[in-house]
Order: sequence, then structure tokens, then C-alpha cells
Amino acid sequence: MGFLSRFFKVGNSKQNAKERLQVVLIHDRADISAGMMECLRRDIISVISNYMDISEEGIELELEKDKSSVALVANIPVLRVKRRLEGTPGKEEKIHAEGKKKRSQNRKR
Amino acid sequence: MDTRIIVVTSGKGGVGKTTVTANLSACLAKQGYSVVAVDADIGLRNLDVVMGLENRIVYNLVDVVENACRLQQALVRDKRVDNLYLLPAAQTRTKDAVTPDQMRYLCNSLRGSFDFVLIDSPAGIESGFRNAALCADEALVVATPEVSSVRDADRIIGLLEADGKNSINLIVNRFRQKMVDKGNMLDVNDVSEVLAVKIIGVVPEDDSVVISSNKGEPLSLGLQSPAAKAFKDITDRLLGKDVPLSLPQGEQGRGFLAGLMRMLRL
Repeated sequence: MGFLSRFFKVGNSKQNAKERLQVVLIHDRADISAGMMECLRRDIISVISNYMDISEEGIELELEKDKSSVALVANIPVLRVKRRLEGTPGKEEKIHAEGKKKRSQNRKR
Repeated sequence: MDTRIIVVTSGKGGVGKTTVTANLSACLAKQGYSVVAVDADIGLRNLDVVMGLENRIVYNLVDVVENACRLQQALVRDKRVDNLYLLPAAQTRTKDAVTPDQMRYLCNSLRGSFDFVLIDSPAGIESGFRNAALCADEALVVATPEVSSVRDADRIIGLLEADGKNSINLIVNRFRQKMVDKGNMLDVNDVSEVLAVKIIGVVPEDDSVVISSNKGEPLSLGLQSPAAKAFKDITDRLLGKDVPLSLPQGEQGRGFLAGLMRMLRL
């Protein structure tokens, strides 16, 4: 048996290496500097503000990492949803909503 | 003269930046281009010994940027091939001895006088690396097919991209086909898939690399070997020639018996 297995044995450390690398890189690539996070926060606020009033102090924004994926998780308290886009004429009705959760995959290097 | 400034870098140390710089410089010079190899590893100078020019150094890069000498005085001319020069690093100083502004000034003085400027970057991601990459138009990232090296290469590629470098090519060094065949080494496709960057060449693990650095004679100027062939191919690809990426067989035999052994994965 030892003889036979010597003929057919193929190592698998390569597969190991590849899988470990992929996991490590997912985390490495998701590292975002505090400055970039701040820019992202400002951009998100400015875009969402076109559609709804949000509580800027209440925003939680973070990269959530688990074993094989990274998600950008934002918790943005909404004070009021606008009926019309900013600048377009028309009545605006007040609608209260809270704690809307937005999830999106982040695959940025 | 249109000068191409290319930084050779890796993040991780010991993967072959200096060997790659020395050999590609020699190869380019042999093809008739004027080349200066710049050792940006201030304090840990090594490119001079790999190129075999250590005995002829008078001034160094730090002397140039501090105006202690003229650039031409610091350039060491390689006598074995026309148009190959070395700008050695200082050995008794540290990375802080050169500021980004000084580095920019140095690169500007080299631009226009040579076809190629190859900058051997120090390991790491700190000021030494940043200075080396500062003025480069292109980057060659060197990695061995190991987890730690590929990971560091990924980090370096990220930093280079963030700096706006858009010509980044990877050299896979110390590749061992025998181990890949046995499923014990990342193969070239794995590395390119993980890093998502173009591979410009694969250099096999080769005893002649050690021998050539013992002698201080770049492979391209002496020994014929699989690694020398790989460096020649990379040089051709740098020059825009379409050389297919063939996987080198390295130290492995090529005869019938060797082929049979490969088939049986012995």
C-alpha cells in the first residue's frame, strides 16, 4: 500500500495555501483608513439627504467582518422621508421612519 | 530621450527584488538600451554586490541628493556591457537621509539621460518604499509562490494603485514546477487569480542565481540557465514583444526518464 500511495499521492498544501490567502486578503483589502471612512460617511449623508432627513449624529457605519466575507453595515436613523426630490416643486409630507438598515457587500481593495 | 522609470518592489524581504533589478538591468543593457540601476535601499546596500560593482563605488545616492558630488561622479559604469550604470545606496545612513523632494529631483535628473531607470526598492511599506516608488512610471512587483509573500504583494499593489500607478506587473520568483506538480505549491494561475494583476514573468528556482550572485556576475552577462532565460523573456515583454508565458521547468531534468518520473509524480 505504501508503494502504491507513493505513486498516487498528491499533496494538498497548495489548496490550503490558496484558501488561507483568499480569506486573509478579504480582510486585508477591507481595511479602510479613518480618513476614507469619514469621506464615505459624508458622501452617504449627502446622497441620502436628497431623499430623506436623517439624524447625522445617530449614524453607525462600520465594516463587519466574518470568516469569509466583509460587509459594509450602516445604521442610519431616518427622521423624515421626502416626498419629492430636493428642488422640485410640490408638497412634502412628513413620514416618520426609524432604524432602517442598509447592507451591501464591499469588495474594495 | 523617453525614459521609463520602473520600481522593483515586493513588500516582503528576501523574495528577489535585488536579483530581479540586477538581471533585468543587465539584460536591457545587453539589448542596447542605456540603463541605470538605482539602489534605493539606503543603509542596506546590496545591489552593488549582486552586480559585482562593489569595489568601484566612490560616491552614492545620498551624496548626490546632498550635493556632495555630481550625479555623473556617483554613477558606476559596468565594464562588461555598454550603457549599464549603477547608482549605489549609502551604507552608513538610514532611509530618512533622503526626502521625497530630493528623490523627485534625482529622478528628474535621470530622466532624459537613460532609456531605463530601474529602482531597487527596500522591503517594507515605509518611507524607503515610498521614495523608491515616488517617481516610477511602472512597477514590477516580485513575489514568491508563498502565502506570506503573496499577501505582502497584495498590500504593495494596493498602495501602488492608491498612488495612481497604472502599470503594475507581477514577477513570480523562485517558482518550483516540481512542487506545483505535487500539489504543494501555489501555481502561477493561483497567484494571478488571487492578486488580479498581470504576470510579466515566472522565474524558476535555480542554483545559478546563487552562483551568479557569488560571482557578482548577473546571469544575463554570463551563465546560461532557466532563470537567465526567464529574465530574458521578461525583458522582451517589457520591451513590448509578445513572448508567451511558458512555465519554466527549473532544475528539473528534461529527458525521457525525467518525463516519466514527472508523470508518476515521483
